[in-house]
Amino acid sequence: MTAPRPIDDNTLHAYVDGQIDEDGRREVESWLADHPEEEARVRAYLAQNAGLHALYDGVLDEPLSPGLTALATGTPKTRTAAGTWRRLAAAVLLFALGGAAGWSLHGVGEGGGSSAEPAFVRRAVGAHIVYASEVRHPVEVGADEEDHLVGWLSKRLGSPLKAPNLASLGFSLVGGRLLPDEGTAAAQFMYEDASGRRLTCYVRAASEREDTAFRFVAERGVSAFYWVDAPLAYALIAEMPKDALLPIAHAVYAAWER
Amino acid sequence: MRGERSGVDRRQAIVEQIPHLRRYARALGRDAGTADDLVQDCLERALSRFHLFRAGTNLRGWLFTILHNLHVNQTRRAGRRPDDAALPDGGTGMAGPASEGPDRGLPVRDLGRALAKLPDDQREVVLLIGLEEMSYKEAADTLGVPIGTVMSRLARGRERLRQLMDSGDAPVLRRVK
Repeated sequence: MTAPRPIDDNTLHAYVDGQIDEDGRREVESWLADHPEEEARVRAYLAQNAGLHALYDGVLDEPLSPGLTALATGTPKTRTAAGTWRRLAAAVLLFALGGAAGWSLHGVGEGGGSSAEPAFVRRAVGAHIVYASEVRHPVEVGADEEDHLVGWLSKRLGSPLKAPNLASLGFSLVGGRLLPDEGTAAAQFMYEDASGRRLTCYVRAASEREDTAFRFVAERGVSAFYWVDAPLAYALIAEMPKDALLPIAHAVYAAWER
Repeated sequence: MRGERSGVDRRQAIVEQIPHLRRYARALGRDAGTADDLVQDCLERALSRFHLFRAGTNLRGWLFTILHNLHVNQTRRAGRRPDDAALPDGGTGMAGPASEGPDRGLPVRDLGRALAKLPDDQREVVLLIGLEEMSYKEAADTLGVPIGTVMSRLARGRERLRQLMDSGDAPVLRRVK
């Protein structure tokens, strides 16, 4: 019939997954009619999807394990250790309270902010101001090489690092860089939201061994939460109000927690 | 009062996702017990972090993100891929309920085995899209990667599955282009 334009691979997958509009679907089908090899491939992919459902849909109807039942009904029972019970109780309580008010139950208050911030926080803020505004080279290694970035910085800092996933808060990793900090190495991870708003997470070896609560400082037009969770010290910096930064700080803290 | 009610609604919304989280955990190559442990860890974490969840955003994606992160952490910490443990017998361990489903003439057991041979990142994408039927955007958000990465993992994963199933496990090198 007609000579449809070539269909690219992404379009074929979108066809397989039903993530294509009606016109697109018709176009793919008429193209496939003339391309038996691709048509066989598409049929194989469709069969894969059907096969996955055949293999695993049965799980949907399996009765819940006692642990899951307890969670589902909100009546936690111990699973392995007494710690689980306490953790669960705290979780349910936090859940009931909702909001940031629950945070202090983690033993992490916001701190009084009365003492002057440590020197590393000033350096972290400086690094944020310099690099977050950089258009062409905001990072040394981009998020497309995240594994390499994290591995490299972990090696330089001598501690396993991670770049927390902040997607649920609307921020994605831009990348990171290595920075000097008083003769030692520091890592800066940069994130960006859909509107281009950037935040940086600065990590270095902690100089003290005591963990600290969250502390907050606003200076030079940016907000910073910082804390020590030995052996590392953290600062999270962005040009946004304290209230907006706090939930992100919680997420970053939670991501590093284990 | 209102807070309590919305707390119940939230719990209900989370609970509704349990079957899907279990299905995904099982399909990742875990046996029934460790799959449920993973889901339980995920739920505990979700409940304790619920104040971090932004209302109006995607609850399912958020839960799957938590599950994904826990899974990655656990497999990384264990220093092995999950299928090493779950598939000592080459497939029956991971097939879960192994309900063969309607007879489509499809060798589903081979699919389970082929799936176990995929790299983790490809398996996750193939499952989130092919089994959980997420949109490409939702899968990208869940995994915290760009949509282009999702598409390339999907393409590679599906092609690898096809080759594995065509060949009965031996890699096939035809159709190189």
